[in-house]
Amino acid sequence: MASSETAAATDQRARGLASFLRSQMRNIAPFLTLIFLSAFFALASPSFATIDNLGNILTQVSVTGIIAVGLTFVILCAEIDLSIASIANVTGIAVAYFTLQETYVNIANIPLPGAVAILLSILLCAALGLVNALGLTVIGIPSFIMTLAMMQIAAGISALLVRGQIAYKVPSLISTLGSGSIGGIPWIVIVAAIMLLGGHLVLTYTRFGRYVYMVGGNREAAEYSGLNVKLILGAVMIISAVCSGIGGMLGVAHFGSAQQNEFDTYLLDSIAAVVVGGTSLFGGRGGIGNTIVGLFVLGVLNNGLDHVNIDSFLKILIRGLILLAALVINVYAQRLREKATE
Amino acid sequence: MPEGRLPILELRGITKSFGGVEALRGVDFALLPGEIHGLVGENGAGKSTLMKIIAGVHTEFSGRFLIDGADRHFRSARDAHAAGIAMVHQELSVAPDLTVAENVFLGNQPTNALGLVQWRRMAREAGEQLSRFGIDVDPMSRLGDLPIGLQQLIEIARVLFSGARIVILDEPTSALSPPEVERLFATLRRLREQGTAIVFISHFIEDILRVSDTVTVFRNGRKVAETASSATSKGALIEAMIGRGGEVLEHSYTDDLMLPRPSDRPVVLKVDQLSLARSLKDVSFEAHAGEVLGIYGFMGCGQQELSRILFGKVKPDAGTLVVEGAPKTFASTAAARRAGVALVPESRRAMLFHQEPVYKNISISILDRISSLLLKPGQEREIAKRQVEQLQIRPPVVGLDLGMLSGGNQQKVALAKWLTYPPKLLVLCEPTRGMDVGAKNDVINIVRDLRAKGLAIIVLSTEPETVLSLADRILVLKRGALVREFKNEPVSKDRLLEAA
Ligand SMILES: Nc1ncnc2c1ncn2[C@@H]1O[C@H](COP(=O)(O)OP(=O)(O)OP(=O)(O)O)[C@@H](O)[C@H]1O
Ligand SMILES: [Mg+2]
Repeated sequence: MASSETAAATDQRARGLASFLRSQMRNIAPFLTLIFLSAFFALASPSFATIDNLGNILTQVSVTGIIAVGLTFVILCAEIDLSIASIANVTGIAVAYFTLQETYVNIANIPLPGAVAILLSILLCAALGLVNALGLTVIGIPSFIMTLAMMQIAAGISALLVRGQIAYKVPSLISTLGSGSIGGIPWIVIVAAIMLLGGHLVLTYTRFGRYVYMVGGNREAAEYSGLNVKLILGAVMIISAVCSGIGGMLGVAHFGSAQQNEFDTYLLDSIAAVVVGGTSLFGGRGGIGNTIVGLFVLGVLNNGLDHVNIDSFLKILIRGLILLAALVINVYAQRLREKATE
Repeated sequence: MPEGRLPILELRGITKSFGGVEALRGVDFALLPGEIHGLVGENGAGKSTLMKIIAGVHTEFSGRFLIDGADRHFRSARDAHAAGIAMVHQELSVAPDLTVAENVFLGNQPTNALGLVQWRRMAREAGEQLSRFGIDVDPMSRLGDLPIGLQQLIEIARVLFSGARIVILDEPTSALSPPEVERLFATLRRLREQGTAIVFISHFIEDILRVSDTVTVFRNGRKVAETASSATSKGALIEAMIGRGGEVLEHSYTDDLMLPRPSDRPVVLKVDQLSLARSLKDVSFEAHAGEVLGIYGFMGCGQQELSRILFGKVKPDAGTLVVEGAPKTFASTAAARRAGVALVPESRRAMLFHQEPVYKNISISILDRISSLLLKPGQEREIAKRQVEQLQIRPPVVGLDLGMLSGGNQQKVALAKWLTYPPKLLVLCEPTRGMDVGAKNDVINIVRDLRAKGLAIIVLSTEPETVLSLADRILVLKRGALVREFKNEPVSKDRLLEAA
C-alpha cells in the first residue's frame, strides 16, 4: 500500500514487471544457475573455460540428453519413468547380444546382421515401454510403481542376456554413432542435438505436443475436452522407453562395452536434468529448452568439479545439494505461478 | 440498517490492476458488525477481486485498509485468517483427496499433547458441525467422491463455523438446491445475531434482497450504488448493474409457462434402462433434434452421473445408449466426442486449463478438426476470437491466461469450446451458473440458436429457473429415477419443485 498517488503509479508499473519475472521464475532460475556455475568454474580453474573442455562437456551429457528427451515428455504429463536407465542398459546389451562377439567373450549370443540387431533392440525397448504404458493406462498402476517394477524387469533381462559377462562388439552403425566423430564433432553429440531438437519440435509445433502439455496441465479437463488421455499417456511412456533404448545403444558404443548396471547413474542424472532445467514435476510447464539448460547445469557441475581440487566423495554430496536446491525452486516456481493466475 | 455502529472493516479508495487492466478503481467499502452485506455486479465487475483483497489473497493494491479503525496490511491469507476473516471462494477450493473431516478442520486439526492428529475427535466434531448444518455424510469419506453441491456445502460449513468475525461468501449458492439455500440463510441470520459481519455475493438478486441488510452494486471496477435492501428492488439493482432496464431480462417463473408440442424431428439420442450403482435406476428417454430437453432435480438426484455416462466418462452398469440409430458403448470421452456428443460439466475447474491462454482452452476440443499433424496457432486464435466476440467474453484478449478471467467469463469459455463445430448432442450441466443476468440471457439466446440449427440439447440443472428458461420439454429426476415428464402443458417453478 502506497500512500501517495505517484508512488502508487510507479509501484504498479514495477509490479507488472515483477509479476512477469515471477511467472518466468522457472525459466530464469536454471539459466542463472548455469551462468553462475560457469563463471565460478572459469575463475576457479584455467582449464575449465576452453573450447576443448566445452567439447568434453557436450560429449559427457550426450547420453543423458538422449534419455532426457523422452523423460521430458513423461514429466510434462505429470508422470515419472524410473525404468529409463534399466531400459537403456538392456537395450545396449541386446544390441551387443545380437552382434557377433570375439571368441573370448563367453556369452551364448545370437549374431544377426547389424540392421536386424538394431531393429530388434529398438523393438525390445518399445515393447518394454508398451508394458509400462499398459500397466499405467489399462490396469491403472501409478507410473512410479509401474516403472519401478519395470526397472527390475529390465535389469533381470539384462542379467539373463549377459550372465555377468561383458560384451564389446556392437553393429558398426551404432559404434560410429556412439564413438566416432565427423569433422571433429562426435557423432553422439550430433545425435543428442538432433533428438533434442526433434523433441522440441514435436512438443511445440505438433498437435500431439499440445496434447502432452494439456494432459499435464489438467488431466481431468483434458478428458472433459474429449481427448484420449490414456492414449497420450501410453504414447509418452513408449517414447520415453525408445529414447532410453537409443541412449543405451549409443552409450554402450561410447563406453566400449556392454555389461550389467552400466547405466545406473543415468536414472538420477536424467531426472535431475529435466527437473533442474525447470520442467514442472506437476506437469504442463517446461519443455526441451528447459531440459537443455538442465543438462548444461549438470554437465558444467560434473565437469567443473573435476577441474577444481575437491574430494571426490564431497562431489557426490555437492551434486545432491544442488539437486535439492533445484527441486525447491521447481516447487516454489509452481506456487508463484499458481498465485499469479489465482 | 443498524445505525451508530462503527465499521468492523473499512476500505478507502482501493485500486487494483492486473498488468494494466484496472479491476478496481477507487472503491470505498465498509462493513458493520452484525450485518449481511449483499454484493452484486456483472461478470468481471470486480466483486471477487475486492473480496480477495479483504481475505489477504491479493496483497498488492493501493488504498487504505482498516480493521476496527486501525490500518492493516495483510501479507497472506493466513494473516487475514488470524484477523478473523474467512472466505468461501467462488471456485471450490476444497482438498478432494482428503476426508470430509480433514476438510472441515483444514489448517487447524485437533492434536493431542504429542502433536498427533486426534482422528476420532476430529471425525466426531466434524460430523456434529455438519449435522448442525443439516449435512448428513460420513466424515471419513473422501471429499472428492461426493457430489459437487455437497462439497460446496461442506466448504461453506467449514467457513461459517470457523469462528471468524468477518465471513465472505462468493457465490455460495450456485450449486445448492432450494432447501439447502434456506438452511444456509437461516444459519447466516443466526450468525448475524451473534454479531458476525457477512458479505454475500450472488447473481440471484432475489436471494440478495431476501437475506441482506445492505446491497452494494459494482460496475466496471467501481461501486455505483449502496442502499438498504428494503429501499430497493430487483429492477433497480439490475439497472444499476448493467445500465439498462432489468425487468425484461429475468423472469421469476412463478406463473405457468406453456411448453410447446413435442418435436417430431428425428431422435438423436435414445437412452434405454440406464442404471448405475446407487445413482441411477432404469432411466429411459429420448432427445430429439432441434429440441432442448431439460432435466431437473435436486442436488444428488443423479444428474451428474447421467451426464458423465452420456459423455463416456463413466460406464453404466446396465442399459444402452443409441446415438442416431447406432448403439454406442463409449470407451472414452474421445469416443463420445467423435460420435458427436459434447459435455459442459458443472464445474469449470473440471474442463478448463487455468494456466493456459484462452485460445488454447477454446481450441483444445477441435484441434483434430483444424490440424492433422502441425498446429495452426493463427487459425486457433482466429476461431477463438470469433467465439470470444460472439459470447462477449471479457476482456476480449485470447492470449490471456484463463485464470485471469472472472468466474462468469470462464464459464463462457467452457461453452465456447464446443461451438465452433457444433456437436449433434450437446449436454449442458448448470450452463448459467455464475453468470450475471445479461450473460444468462446471452446463453439462452445461444442455446436457442443452436436448437434452430438442429442440435439436440440436454440441459441438466438444479435451478428451476435455468430449466424453465431453456427447455421445450422437462424431465424430473428424483433419487436416480425419472418421475415426471412435462410436455405440451403448463409448468411453473412450484410445479417443478413439487414433482422433485
Ligand atoms: N489474477 C488475475 N489476473 C489478471 N486479471 C484478473 C485476475 N483476476 C481477475 N482479473 C480481472 O479483473 C476483473 C474483475 O474480476 P473479478 O473476478 O473480480 O470479477 P467478478 O465481479 O467476481 O465477476 P464474476 O461474477 O464473473 O465472478 C476481470 O476483468 C478479470 O478478468
Ligand atoms: Mg467472481
